[in-house]
Amino acid sequence: MSDVVEKTLTALPSLLSLDSQPGSAKLSSTSKLGALIRGITELTSKHEEEKLIQRELASLKDQVSSPNTSMRQMKEAMVRAIYCEMLGYEASFSYIHAIKLAQQGSILDKRVGYLAVTLFLNENHELLLLLVNTVLKDLQSTNLIEVCMALTVVSQMFPKDMIPAILPLVEEKLNHPKEIIRRKAVLALYKFYLIAPNQVQHIHNRFRKALCDKDPGVMFASLHIYLQMIKDYPEGYKDLTASFVTILKQVVSGKLPMDFNYHTVPAPWLQIQLLRILSILGKNDQNTSEIMYDVLDESLKRAEINHNITYAILYECVKCIYTIYPKTDLLEKAATCIGNFVLSSKINLKYLGLKALTYVVQQDPKLALQHQMTIIECLDHPDVIIKRETLELLFRITNAQNITVIVEKMLEFLHQSKDDHTTIDLVGKVAEIAEKYAPENKWFIETMNTVFSLGGDMIQPDIPNSFLKLLSEGFESEEENKKLRLFAVDSYIVLLEGETRNLPQRFLQVISWVLGEYSHLRTDLDPARVMTLLTKLLEMRQTSSETKTWVLMAMTKLCSGEASVSIARSVCEDLSSSMDTVLRQRAHELLLLSQDPALRGQLLPVRSDPEPLEVDSSLSFLDAFVSEALAAGAAPYKPPHQRQEELAQEKALSLEPYQLSLPINMSSSCVTGRQSPTLMSVSSGLSGDSTELSHKGGSTTLKLEGVTRVWGREGYLSKKEPVEEVAQAEIPSPLSSSNQQTGASGTSSNTHSPIATPEPEQQKQQLASSLFVGLGSQSSVFLMGKSDPTPQRFRKKVTTPNSSATERLSASTDPTPTAEDNLLSSNRPESNLVPEVSKETPAPTQGEANGSCNDNLIDSTPSPLQSNGLETVPDTVENDDERPSLCLPAKLVGLPCSEITLLCSTQTVDLSACHVEKDDNVVLVIFISNSSDSGLENTLLQVGAEQLEVSLSSESPLKDVARHSVAVCQYLLTVIQPVVHFEVIGMLSYQSSHKSHEVEFTYKLPLTNFIRPFTVSTEQYGAMWLAFSNDTKQNLNLVTDGQDSLGDTLNVLKGKLNLHIVEIIGMEGILACRLAQDQPCLLHCHIHAGTLAVWLRSPVPDLPDSLLYHCQRALEGT
Amino acid sequence: MMRFLLLFSRQGKLRLQKWYTPLSEREKKKIIRDMTTMVLARQPRTCNFLHWKDLKIIYKRYASLYFCLGVESQENELLGLEVIHRYVELLDKYFGNVCELDIIFNFEKAYFILDEFLMSGEIQETSKQTINRCIENSDMLQEDYNNEWYEVELFG
Repeated sequence: MSDVVEKTLTALPSLLSLDSQPGSAKLSSTSKLGALIRGITELTSKHEEEKLIQRELASLKDQVSSPNTSMRQMKEAMVRAIYCEMLGYEASFSYIHAIKLAQQGSILDKRVGYLAVTLFLNENHELLLLLVNTVLKDLQSTNLIEVCMALTVVSQMFPKDMIPAILPLVEEKLNHPKEIIRRKAVLALYKFYLIAPNQVQHIHNRFRKALCDKDPGVMFASLHIYLQMIKDYPEGYKDLTASFVTILKQVVSGKLPMDFNYHTVPAPWLQIQLLRILSILGKNDQNTSEIMYDVLDESLKRAEINHNITYAILYECVKCIYTIYPKTDLLEKAATCIGNFVLSSKINLKYLGLKALTYVVQQDPKLALQHQMTIIECLDHPDVIIKRETLELLFRITNAQNITVIVEKMLEFLHQSKDDHTTIDLVGKVAEIAEKYAPENKWFIETMNTVFSLGGDMIQPDIPNSFLKLLSEGFESEEENKKLRLFAVDSYIVLLEGETRNLPQRFLQVISWVLGEYSHLRTDLDPARVMTLLTKLLEMRQTSSETKTWVLMAMTKLCSGEASVSIARSVCEDLSSSMDTVLRQRAHELLLLSQDPALRGQLLPVRSDPEPLEVDSSLSFLDAFVSEALAAGAAPYKPPHQRQEELAQEKALSLEPYQLSLPINMSSSCVTGRQSPTLMSVSSGLSGDSTELSHKGGSTTLKLEGVTRVWGREGYLSKKEPVEEVAQAEIPSPLSSSNQQTGASGTSSNTHSPIATPEPEQQKQQLASSLFVGLGSQSSVFLMGKSDPTPQRFRKKVTTPNSSATERLSASTDPTPTAEDNLLSSNRPESNLVPEVSKETPAPTQGEANGSCNDNLIDSTPSPLQSNGLETVPDTVENDDERPSLCLPAKLVGLPCSEITLLCSTQTVDLSACHVEKDDNVVLVIFISNSSDSGLENTLLQVGAEQLEVSLSSESPLKDVARHSVAVCQYLLTVIQPVVHFEVIGMLSYQSSHKSHEVEFTYKLPLTNFIRPFTVSTEQYGAMWLAFSNDTKQNLNLVTDGQDSLGDTLNVLKGKLNLHIVEIIGMEGILACRLAQDQPCLLHCHIHAGTLAVWLRSPVPDLPDSLLYHCQRALEGT
Repeated sequence: MMRFLLLFSRQGKLRLQKWYTPLSEREKKKIIRDMTTMVLARQPRTCNFLHWKDLKIIYKRYASLYFCLGVESQENELLGLEVIHRYVELLDKYFGNVCELDIIFNFEKAYFILDEFLMSGEIQETSKQTINRCIENSDMLQEDYNNEWYEVELFG
């Protein structure tokens, strides 16, 4: 940057004479902005302010639209417009002028113009298109400041579809002589990577260059990209571990220029970024972890100064140490470190300590024990945030012995909490642990009642589902089942007798279902009484029609006996004219049922033993009816997507592929054009499969909130809105009152007793002993490998006879499997770690004896650009010396087969491999040729790959390899997750002349080996196209410019990638292929403006992106 | 990654806003409203962190001005505090004993400094010297191009 200063100074000698004190640009008292601001501060009411601003905006409007306004005045006006917008008043008339200012102004006007644009417009604003040319021009400018401004604006807000237009220019800047430009370019690319990863796929190796940049600032900037890429695919970057460690070592020991110091700490942001990267790389990988132990130790030691920033580093260090493969003495140091955090008097450090503890107790529950008194104190902390964090910690250490106390604490917090997000989260956690560790029926039902009434209608839908499933499927003992159901019925009757107005809809639904299903268990309960109670619900104004439907269903089940029938009739009369069709349907059903006692007896036999019903989901019993109708001339049934397609064809205008009107990738511009799958596809580039997010309610990311999501995978997403509306209403708990009615229970009396008693210390001790039971002496037993001694109370039946009927339920009921896994693992950390590691593929040991393989590793990251020479796809590796003894097994001869490549060789052994494409999988053949004079013993070959399923297919596992002979192993490969290149990692260990050896190797094979042609008709293609949700679009080069360039190009794709051309019509063509194991991918190609617009769709998330890459390669290569 | 940075006064008046992910105006307004109410309601001697939806909010008060940073939940809170602090230091270095008025009257400068400091929601440059040089550099150009007008403003 100093060069920039020099350049400027020399270019503008007149400046030197100026008494320039840039920092002294104090209150611009005479400017119009100053006047405006002062005017506002003098006002007393909001109303006056509004009047003043409106006046100001009116005069601004005149000024900006007047042709006589100079750029300088325009700039000044823009600043005022920004100010008005910041106050919350719209100044949209100035947007276009901001763009104009950025376009036409001198450097400084431009700067304000760009600033105004970034503040006024967001990424989706249509006016942004007008900015593209300006940015393009500035990126090419020779003035560094202009380039800087353009890069800043690009990273701040650039329309996603326009990225290809400027990408080459930004890429070019990576080679710029000025480090500040390179740094900004890297960060701009980082932003592109975040919003459109497949656009920058091809420049991955440029990132590597940025990582090796001589300027540490550029290197730091590239780490942002690396962190993201490594998060997405850690296996691909293991080879960089040593480099990251070296960088960190240099940073820690203060080798960077002083400029990078922050309060005497060397480059803390850089350190933390590196620690994050290392923790991902070292996770579950002993060999990689071993490389970093030293530097972690060093980092812990160096961070001594008592300053926030050192604590920030320490925290990251501790997290890293507990994430990677464990090492005892580091763990001890980290534990001490956490102690310092937790015991600190500074509240921020305490908070972070709790957070670290929460992270760590999953592996080492004893650590929580050490700090139990602090944890108790934090539980009563005046700061709710600290309290909340403590509960999170308690949630992690819950077991069957401390569940009641922990749940009590959580509910106590929930009663006070006003934040919806916290409530949803915490309610889910209470439900999860209550189901897992409930000590008794009554407690469980009461806890769930509280969960439902506190959680209101924001509750995650799987909580009620899971609860109902538990009730209906029950657990091993039938007696227990009945008791639980009875408890539920009793408690709901009591609830309904009380005030029902404040009960949330979801809870009412649960109540209705349970009463309908199980109130017959209570033999002394008259069904008519239940009916009366339910009728009350129907009469309430706030009851939603969905809930009413549930109530009617319950009534249908209860409808027996004179009194009930008459109630049912009167209810039905009211509702059979309802506007809601579902409700009307149910009312009619109930009405019919109530009029016909014989039908009732047939449909609803009073069953003592609830055998699950057989559900015929194919509705085959209706076949006769259907054929009759068809014979009578009815139109055949068409599934919704087919209907939609036909509808679209009728209109003949908005069929998806025809919308490409701009010569660039423009996935988001079709948002307006189409209804269903496009909305998903817009975001699919961003986060893979984002409908999942919206389902979880709380976890929606900010990025998606700009788009109103109307359609999702399961159709119209109408449920979200009411949920949000109800969320506003505060829901007082009806339960505390009901508890008192039923007689004080143990828990309720506890909740009301305040903690502050004459002997607070003693109380705390008591609390501690009840909270931390099961963690102490027993936990050491767990460490020895014993499993949890207290069995889960509600163990779900393993096999359900009606699995098909309950499929839908079970899919949604398992309480978040990850959390469950975590909890389990917290009980037996040892046994958790070991299998995971052994499951991993033999990770590279940084050992001796395999130089050549290591070379291979270093270059083996997916590096798409051919020109760079980094390509190590096996078939390009030269195979100079012929190995006559290597030949394929007889079964595989004749199938398409790659060349046999040498993987690595040592003095005794040569490893070679090739792959053979079979119809439904790929076979990897590995040749172990022993060229020494002694035999190999105890030979063990381990092979694995991250995204592939690898299974051994040779008949007998190899043991010994005699001297001068070749052993052959075959592995079947099937795709788990598509990526551009698969990397198979393997290790061969053997004993030769009584010494053990290990050899590692990697073998890369591109996705194309797994692609098979897929023969479908155009009609089938059409149906599938609409059903698939993952898609990608891009424009590719045509092979020729000739007459039939489409045909030629598609034939090239067909030949190189093994695709099936379904049909070519005019300028369009459709192709289909599948992965070896039957997962299809469809391509739609269309010639536009001299390029081939390709659109890929598949049900498999990563398949379109990966395949697109190969299409691109195939066409570039010609 | 940082999602947004807001500066507001003790009265809840917005002084500066920077968004690193695209949001609609309505969402921005909601966030600003939520942040001011949540942060201003915090009692003294509580921690500087808050939860908001799936984000972490890190805030700190400097004199009459609140700095409020929204980050993704896996971020390091202490580091966030230091991001805020470094920004304050940068403002201080540029304005010399910065106060709220400096930022009110010269908010565009505050934005320029921020743009040199953070980019794409990540730290771009941490060196006070370098950032200051960049800004001063552009300012000098500014005076050249506009010297009449600016002279009046600066010295008049």
